[in-house]
This record gives sequence, structure tokens and C-alpha cells, in this order.
Amino acid sequence: MFGLVPVSTNAAPIGSLPSLIALASSPLAQLRPLDIAVIAIYFGMVIWIGFYLKGQSNTSEEFFMAGREMTAWIAGLSFVSANLGSLELMGWAGSAYQYGILATNWYWIGAIPAMLFLGLVMMPFYYVSKTHSVPGYLDLRYGGQARTVAAISFATEMILMSGVNMFAMAVVMKVVLGWDINFSIIVSSVAVALYVGLGGLRSAIFNEVLQFVLIWGGALLVPILGLYQTGGWTGLKAKILTNMGSDSYFHLWRDTGSFSANPMGVHWTGIVFGLGFAISFGYWTTDFLVVQRVLAAHNLRAARMAPIIGSFFKMAVPFIVILPGLLGLVLLQNPDGSRRQLVGEDVVAACAASSAGQPADPAACSAAMAKTNLTAGTQQKVLSGAPDSELHTYNQALPLMMVRYLGPGLLGLGITALIAGFMSGMAGNVSAFSTVWTYDIYKPLINKKGSDSHYVLVGRLSILIGVIVSIGAAYLVQQFHGIMDYVQALFSIFIAPLLAAILLGMFWTRATKLAGFIGLLTGIVFSASLFMWVKLNPGNLKYVALSDAAKPMAENVFRALWAFCFTAILIFVVSMLTKPRPVAELDGLVYGATKLPTEEWVPIYKREWFWAAIVAVIFVILNVLVW
Amino acid sequence: MHGSRIPIWFFIGLQLAIYGVLIFGYGLYEVISGDYALGVQLTNLHTPIWWGGVLLLLGLFYVVKFRPGKPM
Repeated sequence: MFGLVPVSTNAAPIGSLPSLIALASSPLAQLRPLDIAVIAIYFGMVIWIGFYLKGQSNTSEEFFMAGREMTAWIAGLSFVSANLGSLELMGWAGSAYQYGILATNWYWIGAIPAMLFLGLVMMPFYYVSKTHSVPGYLDLRYGGQARTVAAISFATEMILMSGVNMFAMAVVMKVVLGWDINFSIIVSSVAVALYVGLGGLRSAIFNEVLQFVLIWGGALLVPILGLYQTGGWTGLKAKILTNMGSDSYFHLWRDTGSFSANPMGVHWTGIVFGLGFAISFGYWTTDFLVVQRVLAAHNLRAARMAPIIGSFFKMAVPFIVILPGLLGLVLLQNPDGSRRQLVGEDVVAACAASSAGQPADPAACSAAMAKTNLTAGTQQKVLSGAPDSELHTYNQALPLMMVRYLGPGLLGLGITALIAGFMSGMAGNVSAFSTVWTYDIYKPLINKKGSDSHYVLVGRLSILIGVIVSIGAAYLVQQFHGIMDYVQALFSIFIAPLLAAILLGMFWTRATKLAGFIGLLTGIVFSASLFMWVKLNPGNLKYVALSDAAKPMAENVFRALWAFCFTAILIFVVSMLTKPRPVAELDGLVYGATKLPTEEWVPIYKREWFWAAIVAVIFVILNVLVW
Repeated sequence: MHGSRIPIWFFIGLQLAIYGVLIFGYGLYEVISGDYALGVQLTNLHTPIWWGGVLLLLGLFYVVKFRPGKPM
């Protein structure tokens, strides 16, 4: 299981991807020459952009920070796009198929408040301090030790995640299109290495904006046509009620009063405090992968507006992710016209067919299907290896819906949207890795006296090496599937302690250097220990998530919450026992010790508070509408 | 972003316009030839024509508005 937060706050519960390699006797989609042309044009465009921008990425400020020239719109779209990977698109469409609209929490309360907080409250400190990275901020606030812990953990996480994403993408392309695993890995990694290596962050940001537009252009047709076919939202609700016999698919909060009342096995306290605070704020305000995009803005007002602009689009993403999953519940059909029921990857893996077409292990297949809602007739067809009886997983809901509605050309655009999502995520990983490696590891620890051009060269080389290591990680995961769980857990292990260290550092002048270092390091160890405690004995989940009825989905939410509390308390205690820095040294770093620059007057409709208020109102209305 | 540099919106417009031409063109071919892709639903809505048209118009708008050399 990818768990709750594999790559980003928008966890893609894609599951045991490696087990699917051997499956998919026939791919879901057949591409025509027109589709291939659409995909090829996309690759040509991203590489062209990389070559074009090479001449504008000569200094370290240009290469690593895109010259700090991005407008609020470009930084904001890039900010959201770096997070909008295809694993998220497919994973959450699958989650919506399984759990209904409850999955939307990961896009709304799991993102919007944190994005507004970043823009309105935190961005001034990141921006005014002129830091190049989040570990760089820790360096200024807590000193080199805290920076090194954050930089090494972040760089490791980025490169491993890049490899896992690369492998996951290759598996999806294998299952959906029948493409060779090696082909997908090599083509995508060469393209990313080329355009990020040539144009640096500017190229990554440009391509992320392009990819964002393509994702919408490729995926938007599915909900439009699906809603047309079901008779709109009302028709969809009526059909799901008829098919599934429950209206809980349409309620975001109503059934979260207890762990057992909703299929996700989560409680509203976990969603609000764990997801809505510890994970969401940790990701959107301290993960350098996304913060880097906003730091590239051309002035403070643009840097504050960027996350707010991004939040509008973030709120809209469920339209292209959650709706296709819900539509799949009533629209997906078997070739004989009966309703197609998707199942978990464990069931598909257990029913993997032998060369004769029947399940290689009928007993295991039968046992796995017995735990599903598959009809007796469907189970019999699968066991007998009847034609067109192949099972599909929840995570294939989105590609199956694409195949249903998109003909030649449009299907190529839809597949391009998926590839673009993968590549924007991978480019985000390697560009953030390159900056942190160069500024926070190489420069302070290996070579302090290099010239500007030397560091640009190091940055370019680190992208190349990062991609090569990512490829190695991808093949490592292919060989040792169990590694995937651990790599995917890295994000949720690091992020909550980092959030505690940064929030206390940014809003409490009393927090000391030693407290920051000890709190961050010990918090990471505590968080990792909780993860291993449950990993080694799943029965311990009831202690972490506070209920016997809790499901794995709840684990990351509560683990993040405990890790945040542990780190915050530790930093508080150690700070009270150690000598703080003089307040004068904290100018530009800490609230209360910083005089923020006065921004030029602009009309109210250009102010960040105005737009943040509009986002907040829409956010509340949306939550009430699907309460 | 500044001066004579090509804005990102131009690249986006160009790509959308190219896609629009390809998809709109295929939609016309479908209507004229009656050769619709097997298994695809709602072909009666002629999605490639109107979606391709939307992409083309949007793309052309951005290409013209953000063309290289135009004063920003």
C-alpha cells in the first residue's frame, strides 16, 4: 500500500504495483498513430523548452531559483502542478471508486488551509530571508546541524521517491498501454534529465505549467461526458444509490463520527488535526519540492499570491479525479453489458492467469474473490478463464473511463496528461534535489569556496547523477518489492517533525539552535519508530490511531500528529533549558523580530487577503454542500 | 518572462493549437467518413470536433497574445 502520503499530501493509494507487472494479458488501451503523434509532440515540446531556456540559466540564481522572475500565476500553477502527479490522479480516482467523496478531503481540508497559511503568514519569512531552500531557512534559524539533518533526509527522500515514481509510471504504462518497462523508464528519465539539466528550475517550472494545462485538457472530458451520460449530478447520485445501496458515497463529513462508520476507517479528529494540520501544513508549507516554486516569484506580493492562486485550482482538481471514480461506479461495463466491478490489486494478483488463460492458482484466486462483492457469475467466469473476464483494479478506474470516452487523438491527449503528471512530479523531485544538494550539502560541507559557475555545474551534474540514481532505485524496487513501502513512508516520517521545527522557529523567538537540531533529529527517529512499530506488528495500529476499528489509512494521519506533538514539546523543553539567540539576530527569520517590507499600494482586488477570503468562503461552501 | 524572451504562455498556446488542429481534423474525418472508433461511447456528440475546436481557439488566443516580439 502506498499509504496515505506517498509522494505528496495527495497520497495515491496505488498499492502493490510490482505484482501487476506480470498481469495485464492485454493492455487497457490501443494507441493509434494519431495518439502516438500527440504524445511525441509533447516530448518534443518539453525538450525544446529545455534547450530554449538553457541560455537563461547561466548563474546559480537563474539555474536554482529561476532568476526569481516568476509571476504569481506561473509560480502558483507550478506550485500545484508539482504536486499533481499521475499517481495522485489515478490513485484518488480509485479511492473515490472505493470510498466515495470522502477522498475529496485530501484535496480540500488536506490542502487549502495550509496553502492559504503559507501565502498569508509564512511566505514573508521564507522570502525576506532570501533563503534558497527550506533546509537553508533552518540553517539561518537553527544553524548548520539542523540544516544538515533536513538536507540529507530531504535529498535522500527526493531521489528515492523519484525512482519509485519512475517505476510506478513504467508499471502503469505497461498495464494501460502494454509498453515495455525499460522503455518507459529510459524515455521519461532522459526527457526529464534533458529539460531540467539544461534549463534548471525555470525549465522545470515552465514545463509544470504546460503539464498542468495538458492534464486539464486531457482529463476534463471524462467527467463532462460521464455526467452527460448519467444525467448530471442528480442522476449520478440516484444511480449510485441504486447500484450501491448507500448514500455515504456523497458525504464528506457525516460518517466520520466513528472509525467504523465509514469505509476509510478514519475519524474526523484524524482528518482535521492529522491530515488538515500535521500532514497538510507539513507538506504545503515545509516541503521544499513545492515551496521552491513559490520562492522563484519575482516579488513578495507574487510569492504570497502564488499559493492562493494555486488553491483555487487545487479545489477544482476533484472534478477531474474524484468524479471519474464516482462515475466509474455506475458507468463501467463488462463487454456483455453488465456492471464492471473493480477490485483490489491483491485480488488481481491472486488471479493472475497462466498461459492457458485460467488463474495460475485457482484456490488463491477463489479465496481472494470471496472477500469482494464480485457476483458468483463473475467469479465463475474468472476461474474458468472465460474471454473478457479479466479483472481490473480500483486504480484503473481513470484509464478505463478514458478508454470509454476518448477516441483517437483524444486518448493520446489523455495518456499525455498521465505522462505529463509523472514527469512533472519527477522533475520536481530532481530539481529540488539538485538545489538542496548544491546549496545545503555540497557548498557548506564539501566546497565552500567554489565560483558561481562551479555551483551551476555541480547543479547540472547533480541532476544527471540524481536521475541515474533514480533509475537505479527504480530497478531496485523492481527486484525487491518490499522496499517500496519503506520509501513511500519516508515522506510522512520526515514531514511532521520538520513542520514542528519550522513553525516554532518561525513564530517563537525563544526556540534555540540546540532545540531545533535535537527536536528535528529525535522527532524523525520517533516518527520512524512509530512506523516500524506498526510495520512489525500491525496490531499496534490501534494504539497509534486510537481505535480497534482504525484502518491503515488512519495510520499516517495519527502518526504525523503524534510526531508533530512530540517534536514540538521536545523543542519547547530544550529551548527552555538552553540560551536563546539575541532577538536582533532573528530579524527576517522570526515573527515578532522582523520588520516586514512595506508593499506598494494596490487595489483591493489585487491583494492576497482579498483572494484568500474568497478561497476560504468557497472552501466552506463546498464542504457544506457535500457535508 | 521579460523583454524579448518567449513567455511560457506562447509555448502552451502553440501546443494547444497543434493538438486542436490534429483532434479537430480527426473529428471532421470521423464525421465525413462515418468511421468511428470501436468501443468509444457518445460518438454522436462528436467530441473531437468541439473539444479540438476549443483547444485550437484557446491555443491561437495564447499564441497571438504572447507571440515573441510583441511588447508585453
